Amino acid sequence: MTSLTVEKPPPAEPEAPTRTKNTLAKRLVPWGYLSPTVVLIVLLMVVPIVMVISYSFRDNVIVQENSVFAGFANYTEVLTDPDFLAALKNTFIFITVSMVAHLLLGLGFAMMLNSGMLGGVTKAIFRVVYVLPWLFTIAVIAVIWRLLLDPSGVVNYVLQTLGVISDGVNWLGDPGSALWVVTFVNIWSGYPFFMISLLAGLQGIPGELYEAASVDGANPWQKFWNVTIPQLRPVIISMAVLDLIWTSQQFALIWMMTGGGPLNSTEMLSTFTYKLAFSEYEFATASASAVIVLLLTMILAFFYVRQQRER
Amino acid sequence: MTATTLKGGRRTLAKAGLIAGLTLGGLFAGLPVLWMLSTSFKPNGEVFANPPKLISENFSFDAYTAILGNGAQLRFFLNSYIVAIAVTILTLLVAVLASYAFSRFTFPFSKTINAVIVSVQAVPPITLVIPYFGLVVALGLYNTYPGLILTHMVFTLPYAIIMMTAYFNTLPKELDESVKVDGGNSWTALWRILVPISVPGLIAVGVYTFMISWNEYLFALALTRTDDMRTVPIGIQLLMGQHSYEWNQMMAMSILGSVPVLVLFLIFQRRFIGGLTSGAVKA
Repeated sequence: MTSLTVEKPPPAEPEAPTRTKNTLAKRLVPWGYLSPTVVLIVLLMVVPIVMVISYSFRDNVIVQENSVFAGFANYTEVLTDPDFLAALKNTFIFITVSMVAHLLLGLGFAMMLNSGMLGGVTKAIFRVVYVLPWLFTIAVIAVIWRLLLDPSGVVNYVLQTLGVISDGVNWLGDPGSALWVVTFVNIWSGYPFFMISLLAGLQGIPGELYEAASVDGANPWQKFWNVTIPQLRPVIISMAVLDLIWTSQQFALIWMMTGGGPLNSTEMLSTFTYKLAFSEYEFATASASAVIVLLLTMILAFFYVRQQRER
Repeated sequence: MTATTLKGGRRTLAKAGLIAGLTLGGLFAGLPVLWMLSTSFKPNGEVFANPPKLISENFSFDAYTAILGNGAQLRFFLNSYIVAIAVTILTLLVAVLASYAFSRFTFPFSKTINAVIVSVQAVPPITLVIPYFGLVVALGLYNTYPGLILTHMVFTLPYAIIMMTAYFNTLPKELDESVKVDGGNSWTALWRILVPISVPGLIAVGVYTFMISWNEYLFALALTRTDDMRTVPIGIQLLMGQHSYEWNQMMAMSILGSVPVLVLFLIFQRRFIGGLTSGAVKA
């Protein structure tokens, strides 16, 4: 980076004559352009975060006029709540399984679409089909899968016909299967974004690298591990962190498919917090839970930003 | 058997394997969508018919006419269009100004502000929705369009700024600086030169912004109360709660609710995916 800046000095010449007069006014120009953004970020980000932190240390917030300082009481209440701990565990399973599957499916589909053996039209058709799940809003995805997974729905019919199961399964009503089913639906809805990014990454790999590997006598498997994967590494890491953040925030899918049930088996941090606030009107405890979620996400975001800077 | 035919044989085998893999993946991705489409044309009594049929003999548009003939359902669409279009216009306006500052000026804290904007994307909506509720009530914006429009912008703006800055950075500075040589200021340079040639970038950002707002669920759920303020995603859920599960109508509503995004995507596919991936990966 330093050598680049030495080679190409900044264009100081045109600025020099104007710098002497009205420097202050000139310095304020970029701030003028930024002012709507700054106002919105403060109003929509800084103020709310300060508010939610302050709520979390108080009691009787929002619903009552006189809130009182409560110290860490809300935090101890949340952190000792077995439902919260269950939500934490479910969220962890949901994120990890989703992320691994998103990556594997995304990479597999991207590599198939990137193959040189296919015609342009075939590729274009398959690309649109593969992107489909991503184009539907989560509310629609939740409704589609509730239809498919209904005890008398088509999934049970197909599995029974194939002899995989003998009786119809109530996929979303059984605490043993519900978490895995919502995770599966999240995988279905989220892999296309990986696929698109990895496809772009694959297309950016110079062909010479593969030619050089062929000259060295590498087989396809070796090419995959020694050329493709190292070249895609930055994309894979970026996408993994983004996916971690997004999946941890998933609310609509769970809310519309199971509402966190049955028996808390699909409760996530997001649904747990939402229920505290908007079903039980425990805004102070909900705020403490929300701040904990924020802290967990900030740790993830820190790694993401650091990784982006390194590139 | 010569080496070439052996190689040709392996190639055919590989191609067959590839087609099989692609088809399997296509079924995984496409069948649920196909089933949604098929169900929307069935009478409700046949939704769970055994054995299931892809195309019913009683194929009809009844579910669609039921949705389109219902004022309450149409209101969800109207609300979604109002909110998403307003969010798109406002986001583009604010983002163009901010991106211009980032792309063409050097000023103190620009890196810091940029980092804040990037990190906004990571703030969980569930954390924001509680103070938003307090804020929106205090501002008198609870259950109103401005309340939804304003809060949706917390998600649309960061991405729009990042993508727009990247786009402006690809345009040579000489373009807009030539205006200043002729005595114009940076404002005229932005609107006369930069914005007109950035239309492709603005479209990509606009489509993405519209999609985010159209699909937003949590704020729409928590910050509105009456049915006449609900948006399509909440409308679909309300339909699910009402009367005994009109699955065919729910599927018809889902398809109608997906049309704007599907159409935008199909029209702008190439440009959109390109812009999105460069933004996501290089941001």
